Amino acid sequence: MRVRVDYFAMLRERAGREHETLETRAATPQDLYRELAPRRGLPARTGLRVAVNDEFRTWDCRLADGDRVVFIPPVAGG
Amino acid sequence: MSDFRISRSEIVPEEEIAALEDAASGAVVSFCGRVRNHNEGRVVTRLEYECYEELAVSEGERVLGEAREKFGVGKVRCVHRTGDLAIGEPAVWVGVAAGHREEAFAAARFVIDEVKKRVPIWKREHYPEGPAEWINAAPGEAA
Repeated sequence: MRVRVDYFAMLRERAGREHETLETRAATPQDLYRELAPRRGLPARTGLRVAVNDEFRTWDCRLADGDRVVFIPPVAGG
Repeated sequence: MSDFRISRSEIVPEEEIAALEDAASGAVVSFCGRVRNHNEGRVVTRLEYECYEELAVSEGERVLGEAREKFGVGKVRCVHRTGDLAIGEPAVWVGVAAGHREEAFAAARFVIDEVKKRVPIWKREHYPEGPAEWINAAPGEAA
């Protein structure tokens, strides 16, 4: 299945890209993060949240072909 | 236009307040968060904000909806900047129009606190020396 991953802020800098589309067998965002972390130099998952198709979701939700996944570093607005 | 906005250009508090006009409201409370020249003992020269706009707007709207429901206030609006900001520039603005001051203050406080906690916006501080740093983002070990 193909998913698109978008990176923001600290994760964008770590990954060295704003987004990528990849073929994966990851069933959940958790699996996907585990797959991408070593390849993109991402930090430990603690404190991060995840959004799928622009909604906050749990790390163990099921991914589907064509999903847009965004890993969300701790926010710091205001 | 939605009541929660992301703005790439300067926030003008007077214009934002004007949009709260409501004859039924006896109280208008607004909060403006501005770029400070220091943080945690370091001199800050400028800030940079980045956001995940689709989710920032939907989560921001959710916060405003919760404020309306919880405090029974009339109009609630919020705008947050992105991009490069100089010292003293408004970074975030919250405005509430309500029947009375009590719920107006409470709702404004609620909105700014929740926005800072939940809305996917990130800030990077620049210093006179050394690399700029993302706030809240503990470096963490590589996974």
